[in-house]
Amino acid sequence: MEKKNNLRAWLYLAPLLILMAVFTFYPLINAFIVSSYKGYLPLSGTADGIDLFYNYGVILKNPLFKKAIINTFIIAGVSVPVSIFLSLLIAVSLKSIPKLKGLFQTIYFLPYVTNTIAIGMAFAFMFHEDYGVINLILGWFGVSPVNWLGGTATYAAQMIALLILTIWNGLAFKILVFTSGLENIDKQYYDAAKIDSASKWTVFKRITVPLLSPLILYISITSVIGALKAYNSVVGLFGDVKLGAQNNSMITIVAFVYQYKDGYTDKGYISYAAAASIILFFITAVISILQTIVSKKRVHY
Amino acid sequence: MEIKMVNLTKIFISKGKKEVHAVDHVDLVIPSGKLIGLLGPSGCGKSTTLYLIAGLLRQTEGQIYFGEEEMSETPPEKRGIGLVFQNYALYPHMTVRENILFPLENLRVEKEEAKKRTYDMAKLVGLEEMLDRKPKELSGGQQQRVAIARALVKTPRVLLLDEPLSNLDARLRLQTREEIKRIQRETKITTVFVTHDQEEAMSISDEIVVMKDGVIQQMGEPQAVYDKPANLFVAKFLGNPQINVFDGEIKNKEILIEGMVVGKKDMPDQKIFVGVRPEAFVVDNENQASFRFKVDLVETIGRDTTLIFDMQDDSENILDKKTFKAIIDAGFRIKADDIVHFNIKPDKMHLFDLNGNIL
Ligand SMILES: Nc1ncnc2c1ncn2[C@@H]1O[C@H](COP(=O)(O)OP(=O)(O)OP(=O)(O)O)[C@@H](O)[C@H]1O
Ligand SMILES: [Mg+2]
Repeated sequence: MEKKNNLRAWLYLAPLLILMAVFTFYPLINAFIVSSYKGYLPLSGTADGIDLFYNYGVILKNPLFKKAIINTFIIAGVSVPVSIFLSLLIAVSLKSIPKLKGLFQTIYFLPYVTNTIAIGMAFAFMFHEDYGVINLILGWFGVSPVNWLGGTATYAAQMIALLILTIWNGLAFKILVFTSGLENIDKQYYDAAKIDSASKWTVFKRITVPLLSPLILYISITSVIGALKAYNSVVGLFGDVKLGAQNNSMITIVAFVYQYKDGYTDKGYISYAAAASIILFFITAVISILQTIVSKKRVHY
Repeated sequence: MEIKMVNLTKIFISKGKKEVHAVDHVDLVIPSGKLIGLLGPSGCGKSTTLYLIAGLLRQTEGQIYFGEEEMSETPPEKRGIGLVFQNYALYPHMTVRENILFPLENLRVEKEEAKKRTYDMAKLVGLEEMLDRKPKELSGGQQQRVAIARALVKTPRVLLLDEPLSNLDARLRLQTREEIKRIQRETKITTVFVTHDQEEAMSISDEIVVMKDGVIQQMGEPQAVYDKPANLFVAKFLGNPQINVFDGEIKNKEILIEGMVVGKKDMPDQKIFVGVRPEAFVVDNENQASFRFKVDLVETIGRDTTLIFDMQDDSENILDKKTFKAIIDAGFRIKADDIVHFNIKPDKMHLFDLNGNIL
């Protein structure tokens, strides 16, 4: 009886397991295998031999890859906390204006149903040095036009533009999740807080955030993973050839992988791409695990 | 701090645009330093009244005063009240200490002082050993005491308790009830205690307020309200077992139940309800007192014997039968089917007109 049930359970799981095997595990293992070939050429299927660490050594010394890692880390490190904080504030504010909630929810949700690259192009217009609305607004406050994306833009300017796009792009989903999370918090805690003379900010800090902490953890893990895979936003803002105001100045790990993958006709390039993607995989895994461990102490329930 | 409500009204508009008069033109003065039991059946507007006093709900009409000060428009943060919620509403992510400390932090009480007051309050409610536990690691009774401590630590002008004992088992309920009374006596904070349990209200309160459909029915000391109910509703609501209500009449200045004389009343002839407390019956078989009935069932528990009987023998449906209860001394040897004669103590008998108003 027991055995039969087990068999049945496996059967139910089989479609999913087969799909995962084909589309997740096989590519991962394959990438790992490819990353261990030296001088591999996929067209001819030839390689100079197998060396587990050779390709990793090459790309870790590659300045472009270092730049990709730094850019990716800045994007993840800044955009995730800022967008979580902003979306929490917006979700809480939406709660206190129930009448306009529907309208605002639609507005905030637009980016979610719009292609990132299209948004990126819209932002590229907004950040235009001469005609962009951003510089126009800054002008009202007496700030002279900033060169955000043009060929001579500073590293900081283009990174800020990229970060604003990334943050904006991630807000919608987070607001949606936090709004529904807020609806599940017992209203009595807020009544109790009023009785206890708590200010709005205290309520946010001491009650809303801790009670939402499981959701915040979930959102921060998924958005760190998302941010580590940043690529579309760079393409939207700068195009997939330049990847930055100057060539490759905003390159990310995924963009690096694409570049070397596209160069598969060159000897060994596909292995560099594979090695970079394996590194990204490990970075993602380690950060997720660390986040879970650290948050265990701070997340309630 | 005396609490005064003038013409206080709260109307909820429910989904179907129907108005619910949860609190209906209430005029009430709660004397300073007293513990008042606000009593009534479910949905009569007790919680609403409490939330109006707290400021968590805004009245549709009327005013609230704390002492001389009008509070009607003051937000709850500024009213200086302590409120114990029906299900405590302790912050689940904070320890007992943090829960009690929270109001003091918000009031910017100096740190050392706040610490000391938290400890003292925890000690008052007997929780000084559990300051570092989370609410879910406490029993219902302990949680309830944390809620009381949190409400009291800021030395509120008014303490409001919304059915604080409803989640406790019988023994804990008795114990906590006594504790609330003790704490209230020690602190002398004006307290409103909401409950739908008449026994609880009677035992804990200096005065009780009986409410029905948002309207105050009667206010007074528990025993006084019990002895002199203002209407049939109050008479029925107080007392366990419930008061017996007979269909009766006044004829030639005599009170009759089913044609049997049970007392005298100098009033014009009319149909009435006769309310008789179960303990009002005095067995009088020697003199063959005129009120008599056949006993259906005898229950003896401890000192008391409860006789259960019905009047309309002709009723077809057993479930329709109205039964009555008389509590007498267990010394009497009475069996089922005995016919027993009674006198009725006049001060335990209340006459009501057919609208339920006292005569
Ligand atoms: N937010 C609301 N919207 C609409 N009607 C409400 C609302 N809150 C309470 N009511 C109605 O007001 C009436 C009084 O409610 P209230 O909660 O004060 O009763 P209660 O005496 O505390 O009852 P219980 O003993 O069950 O707690 C009820 O008829 C209830 O349905
Ligand atoms: Mg209630």
